[in-house]
Amino acid sequence: MILKSKDLLGLKDLTAEEIEYILDTARTMKYVITSNNKRTPHLQGKSIVTLFYENSTRTRLSFELASKYMSASSANIASSVSSVAKGETLIDTGKTIDMMGTDVIVIRHPQSGAPHLLAKHVKASVINAGDGMNEHPTQALLDLFTMREKKGTLKGLKVAILGDIYHSRVARSNTWGLLKMGAEVALAGPATLLPPKIEMAGAKIYSTVHEALIDADVVISLRMQLERQKKALFPSVREYFRFFGLDENRLRLAKKDVLIMHPGPVNRGVELTSSVADNEQSAINEQVTNGVAVRMALLYLLTRRGAHETTD
Amino acid sequence: MRLLIRKGHIIDAKTGIDGVYDLLAEDGRIVSISERIDSANCEIIDAEGKFVLPGLVDAHCHLRDPGFEYKEDIESGTRSAAKGGFTSIACMPNTNPVIDNESVVKYILNKAKKEGYVNVYPIGAITKGQNGEELAEIGELKFAGAVAISDDGMPVKNSSLMKKAMQYASMFDIAVISHCEDIDLVEEGVMNEGYTSTIMGLKGIPAAAEETMVARELILSEYLDIPIHIAHVSTALSVELIRNAKKRGVKVTCETCPHYFSLTEEACAGYDTNAKVNPPLRTARDVDAIIEGIADDTIDIIATDHAPHHIDEKRVEFNLAANGMVGFETALPLAVTKLVKPGIITMMKLVEKMSLNPAKLLGISKGTLEPGSSADITILDIDAGFTVVPERFESKSKNSPFGGMDLYGVVWGTIVNGKPVVSETIIL
Repeated sequence: MILKSKDLLGLKDLTAEEIEYILDTARTMKYVITSNNKRTPHLQGKSIVTLFYENSTRTRLSFELASKYMSASSANIASSVSSVAKGETLIDTGKTIDMMGTDVIVIRHPQSGAPHLLAKHVKASVINAGDGMNEHPTQALLDLFTMREKKGTLKGLKVAILGDIYHSRVARSNTWGLLKMGAEVALAGPATLLPPKIEMAGAKIYSTVHEALIDADVVISLRMQLERQKKALFPSVREYFRFFGLDENRLRLAKKDVLIMHPGPVNRGVELTSSVADNEQSAINEQVTNGVAVRMALLYLLTRRGAHETTD
Repeated sequence: MRLLIRKGHIIDAKTGIDGVYDLLAEDGRIVSISERIDSANCEIIDAEGKFVLPGLVDAHCHLRDPGFEYKEDIESGTRSAAKGGFTSIACMPNTNPVIDNESVVKYILNKAKKEGYVNVYPIGAITKGQNGEELAEIGELKFAGAVAISDDGMPVKNSSLMKKAMQYASMFDIAVISHCEDIDLVEEGVMNEGYTSTIMGLKGIPAAAEETMVARELILSEYLDIPIHIAHVSTALSVELIRNAKKRGVKVTCETCPHYFSLTEEACAGYDTNAKVNPPLRTARDVDAIIEGIADDTIDIIATDHAPHHIDEKRVEFNLAANGMVGFETALPLAVTKLVKPGIITMMKLVEKMSLNPAKLLGISKGTLEPGSSADITILDIDAGFTVVPERFESKSKNSPFGGMDLYGVVWGTIVNGKPVVSETIIL
């Protein structure tokens, strides 16, 4: 099987079969990471550039290790948002990277749709590592991978996603992916932080965490950006935690074997308590390992796609 | 020079003429309309099978001159207007410098006289620099030749200032045009708020951002008993609010633009920046309400909001792209295809909304073929079809979301002050 597109821009563009295929490939990759010899020749002779217009530690490191484990040449470019506004256009930067013989460009950008713009103008495959409020597909794929690994299947799972849904590309990508895979998506957060009309896509919206948590198989708690308080989107961390924070009491509403997830970094005591984050049902640390596996799978599948095209 | 237009189907909203006649113009004026006019010593245009309309009047466009000539200038903008069948256009004041004093008005009028293909009427600013703080010299603007005032693109946020602007402008009998937008409600929105914005991960502009401001203007107009004109109406509730106000006798007029009855927010899919416009493209429900408002005369005017932008301002991230689309060369075909062909309005109504009513709003003696009036004439082949190719537009800018669309209605001829500027679809 070959991925349809040269790029990975979002889960809303993938079919259920493609998602399944990526997750299957990631399972193989996970053996590599957990083995003693973390080196495969899959990406030998390939070059990967990460182009990050936003700060990131874990996503970027995850991509970089994924490239290195598979023997790719890799390079990183970090650009501050302010220089984007003044300096070179995204298309020009992209073309420059493209002309240096890059096979895959991994981009993170504060503007929704920036990876789509880049993808239209470069020959390299583009992987979206997070664009504005739009999508963070590799995060969602690693979340789906983790859920599938723990629960056996995604079909029929009830997944509660809590917090600032409106600004969250993680919530969006997970929503599109989970719905495609036949899971139920229950969203809960302050009314000021819910995306308009997302129920039209098939997700359920709840105004209390209780309703969303009832009989949940998985709960994803989202990072709360504290600066949202200044824009009058919620009154205080204290009140947020009181009504939307995840503690052990609330967790009892979910299924006994509920899986606890968070894209990180965690604000302990804001989105969830330490006792929940460190609970044995928490997959927060394992998500990180799975992230490398999923990114290895994607790099492999996208570069293989190119080779396939030219030899056909 | 004597110009005879033969056997065209003449439609004139002011006089109610609707039939096949000959039309004679001499020295820039309409002389007569009758069944058969002697062609001796006349330049003849054969208009058989075509409509002969009073030249279209655009109450809302951006010519970008002075200040942004890389997007458009008076020469290119008026050429584009002529190609689209417009003979008189009113340009918004968001130039650099802003049209907030008589010298800028005179600059535009002088340049238009020298280089313009059609009649140009500047719209002055409501406030100095469009800053929403102090009134512009509205009296001087009017006497220099401004035909209306507006802070288009920059809504007057302060209600008290808007009230004073309306009162002050009423002394000079000059139209006040309001760009209705509550900036606080817009926040960082870049397209209509709804399912599509959620899917695309873009911040939305709620319809309420327009509607709350429409409501304010209606209330101010009713309270002061002074007319107000609402620019580019785009939502169902705006139409309803205006319809309701008109029933109460409020002196409100309003316009919409072709994109608000032709496209929905879905045109933004794929982050197509050519569909980024302010107010944003709305939902199918809003499009239906706009069409209904046009049909029942709640909406008086169809204006272009021709807003040229350089390709570099559109070939960027959606959030960073400039708002607006060019409109002169697609406005009439869109109105023909989306409104006249499906039988929503007659050609007579079209002429009313694209020629007579905008002329009335601006207080200019245009918009009619009545003998004695200036010979501004548009000849339209309503049955000819074409595919929109923005690259071929006369405008300097090509930012149109209509590329590739098949439309009816080809401008066969445009005559300005008795002089053909477009002949057999070719610009002269």
